[in-house]
Amino acid sequence: MRAVLLRDLRLAMRVGGGFGLAIMFFLIVAVLVALGVGPDVALLSDISSGILWVIALLACLLSLDRIFSLDYEDGTLDHLVIAPLPLESVVLAKATAHWLTTGLPLGLVSPLVGLMLGLPAEGYLWLVLSLALGTPALSVIGTFGAALTLGLKRGGLLLSVLILPLYVPTLIFGAEVARRGSIGIELQTPLWMLLGLSFGVVAILPFASAAVLRINLR
Amino acid sequence: MSLWEYANPVKFLNLSGRVLPWVALLSAICLVVGLIWGFFFTPDDYRMGSTVKIIYIHVPAALMAINAWFMMLVASLIWLIRRHHVSALAAKAAAPVGLVMTLIALITGAIWGQPMWGTWWAWDPRLTSFLILFQFYIGYLALWKAIENPDSAADLTSILCIVGSVFAVLSRYAVNFWNQGLHQGASLSLDKEKNVANEFYHPLLFSIAGFVFLFLVLVLIGTRSEIRIRRASVIVARKIR
Repeated sequence: MRAVLLRDLRLAMRVGGGFGLAIMFFLIVAVLVALGVGPDVALLSDISSGILWVIALLACLLSLDRIFSLDYEDGTLDHLVIAPLPLESVVLAKATAHWLTTGLPLGLVSPLVGLMLGLPAEGYLWLVLSLALGTPALSVIGTFGAALTLGLKRGGLLLSVLILPLYVPTLIFGAEVARRGSIGIELQTPLWMLLGLSFGVVAILPFASAAVLRINLR
Repeated sequence: MSLWEYANPVKFLNLSGRVLPWVALLSAICLVVGLIWGFFFTPDDYRMGSTVKIIYIHVPAALMAINAWFMMLVASLIWLIRRHHVSALAAKAAAPVGLVMTLIALITGAIWGQPMWGTWWAWDPRLTSFLILFQFYIGYLALWKAIENPDSAADLTSILCIVGSVFAVLSRYAVNFWNQGLHQGASLSLDKEKNVANEFYHPLLFSIAGFVFLFLVLVLIGTRSEIRIRRASVIVARKIR
């Protein structure tokens, strides 16, 4: 499992654009939002936490099809399926690698982008925390979508259509934590819901993803 | 003699062929009675005026939109567990019907909301969760369309349906939490003392029954044509070989 994880991480770094691309995307979209909405700091700071969550979600989505497609094309995935390691663990390792290359860096850069969008000072901690807790769920759900659309020609667009509705609960709770944090009201409930969602998804969804992979590689 | 015998496509075709005209007739009668009674022979509501009458389309459509997904879930489970092809095809046939029902519920809701709430659309929990349900239907159908091998398509869409159901329920409660609603509470429920007033209630029951039968008819027709498409493609494949 560690070998799969490390291999994916190395591949992501050496191909280039593993860490960098998601962060660049994050920054660029934030700039685009500011350009589109206008330089009104009051307005931007109101919507900043929600916008940041949506951008993080899109940045996550962008790199999903890379999770399995390269391995599928060169046959590595077939080897992973017949390897002694349970396929569920492979899926989880790949999701972890995806999270380490997108979700984690996004969480780390988010205060900077929050600064640009005028996020109120008390919101930073909660923004980072909500992203740190929520993005694992995004990666795991995304892995499921990537497994579903494996080997399809028009996979990219289909992947977004399939995955975005599944992202709804995570987005709602995550953005709610960040929003409530930024205006300083009670946020226990969405925080625990987000945490529960993340843990539940990480625990259960790899089984579904592995089942899907087995069907696809039959 | 058990229910599972009808998992055999031939038996299913026989039975459904015999049942279909009757169900269609029943659906037509219920819809005609419910809608005409509802539209022409009920008084206007004292607050909502005649706009209340959209309830005879809106409520049954919304009900069927959810139940269609539930039926797909059950059919998907049966397919995954017992591998009956008819079941997978029934799930496939139900999806477009459910999609249209969701759309009808959204559109009639918007038409009603414009004069009553003063807006076509509000980010209300019920409205939002229906929009999300709509997206789930679209994703499900898109996945069916995208995969060529019919068996793996059935498998994958079944798994998507199960996972989607969990997330649909989660989303339903998440949006509830996210925004307090403009939409009124449930119009009907089994455990309530009093539902809507009787003069609206009786025609509504008819039109709900009509929609249920209509759904059944459409799903049966859809499943029958899917079975025939499957047979035709087998024949074509044989000829080519």
